Amino acid sequence: MSSFENIQQQLVEDFGFLEDWEDKYAYLIDLGKSLQPLDAAYKNENYLIKGCQSKVWLHAELEGDRIRYFADSDAFISKGIVALLVKVLDGQKPEEVLHGNLFVIDQIGLAAHLSPNRANGLGSMLKQMRAYALAYLTKTQNA
Amino acid sequence: MHTDIHTDWAAVRNDFPILRESVNGRPLVYFDNAATSQKPQVVIDALVDYYSRYNSNVHRGVHSLSQQATSAFEAVRKQVQGFISARHEAEIIYTRGTTEAINLVAQSWGSLEVMEGDEILITGLEHHANIVPWQMLCERTGAKLVVVPINDAGEVSLQDFAEKLNPRTRMAAFSWISNALGTVNPVFEMVALAQAQGTRTLVDAAQAAPHSIIDVQALGCDFLVFSAHKMLGPTGVGILYGRLEILEQMPPVQGGGDMIKEVRFEKTTYNELPLRLEAGTPNIADVIAFGKALEYLQQLGMENIELREQELLAYATAQLKQLSGIQLVGTAADKRCVLSFLIEGAHPYDVGVLLDQMGIAIRTGHHCAQPIMDRFEIPGTCRASFAFYNSFEEIDRFVTALQKAQKMLS
Ligand SMILES: Cc1ncc(COP(=O)(O)O)c(C=O)c1O
Repeated sequence: MSSFENIQQQLVEDFGFLEDWEDKYAYLIDLGKSLQPLDAAYKNENYLIKGCQSKVWLHAELEGDRIRYFADSDAFISKGIVALLVKVLDGQKPEEVLHGNLFVIDQIGLAAHLSPNRANGLGSMLKQMRAYALAYLTKTQNA
Repeated sequence: MHTDIHTDWAAVRNDFPILRESVNGRPLVYFDNAATSQKPQVVIDALVDYYSRYNSNVHRGVHSLSQQATSAFEAVRKQVQGFISARHEAEIIYTRGTTEAINLVAQSWGSLEVMEGDEILITGLEHHANIVPWQMLCERTGAKLVVVPINDAGEVSLQDFAEKLNPRTRMAAFSWISNALGTVNPVFEMVALAQAQGTRTLVDAAQAAPHSIIDVQALGCDFLVFSAHKMLGPTGVGILYGRLEILEQMPPVQGGGDMIKEVRFEKTTYNELPLRLEAGTPNIADVIAFGKALEYLQQLGMENIELREQELLAYATAQLKQLSGIQLVGTAADKRCVLSFLIEGAHPYDVGVLLDQMGIAIRTGHHCAQPIMDRFEIPGTCRASFAFYNSFEEIDRFVTALQKAQKMLS
């Protein structure tokens, strides 16, 4: 299993121990709180993800052949959601971000609440993260 | 209309099938009534009945079904006339909703009476539907949009309003009740002040029509608009009331069937009011079902409804004030049905998500009134909005859930 899948598997297990929605949400919020702080320079309009009710900022960098993600939000739950994605996608290769099997959302038991068409911004976050991956992939291929 | 102090409110709830639904495994508590109300069974049945028994186009056929549909459709116009005490049936124009009604006035009336250098006056409490159409009119004509500010309680002062009125003010357009804060505006005084200046008035009654008695003759406004879906009726129906003398001058903004008398390629002559402003096949089924909603409201009695809703709001406000760490947004002396608030340190979105987990539907965000949020320098609020079919027990559940959310977000 790739690290991409391993990380997701681990998260699925962690959430699996939690029985009710309160614990799952508390865990999600904690994930957000443990997110590496985003440099204040990136907390502006240009890094804002459109389509979320709360503010979610996202920045990405290429480090060798890996993509690094940094994010923050002014809401606890949005921050938890974006932290979940960062945990899985940070440090992966752009190809993995674009084409890898992202099963964590469906399997942590919050699928009904985290489905991309709900107003939680998950769809927009993922789209933006993939847009960065695509941009870097093009860049590395042209280099 | 009559007041029935013996209304059995628990029985009233049974008229609304959706109130028996569960959300996330808990009985639904629906506190998003300002966005749209729930529908009683009689309204739902009227839709099925129309499509099952007499679906037919109106104003066109000599056949029986068409005549039956036409009389049911037109009977509702008469009902609406009665509901708001309008002088004439032709003063009632069907639209798709409040938004379309305001746009119709801004486009049609606006093309007649607004010129460069004129002013349109609105308040800082308005829904986007009562801002953007006027901005568009101003862009087209070179008129200026003027805004009466609101105070820290979320109120518009009459003095501020009067100060902004001047001989160039062609239109004063303002809400009766704010959907974001629940503030009740002093609309009678506002209309009188505007009239004294020769200014036309449009009252956005989207949040007032479900909760209060409306008498357009007593109010004296030129236009008044509201949406059926916020007052137990179906979506897709709105009402534009306009004074006949003004409506008669207004050019149609849409052309097509129903609005014409004669069509020749050389020249088309328009139909009489109200059809002249209602081009095309209207929303027949939903209008007819709206008639049932009005009947239902009138049977309960608007005074009765108003009293009940004031009790619910007072109770909820008192409960929230007892909690620490809760900030009420909008503390006007006169308020109806809406409780906007923040949990200190928590984003409204977080609160909305957690309450939803507990089966409680509230609204979070800017409530289509972004300028209000900017005024208070907040990203949005949590909004619980009540209707007569809500209960005190539901408010208790809401308060308990809120405390739980507060704890999870601390
Ligand atoms: C005060 C107010 N005005 C206008 C509207 C717009 O109504 P509709 O969306 O039904 O056209 C609303 C609905 O949210 C409202 O609350």
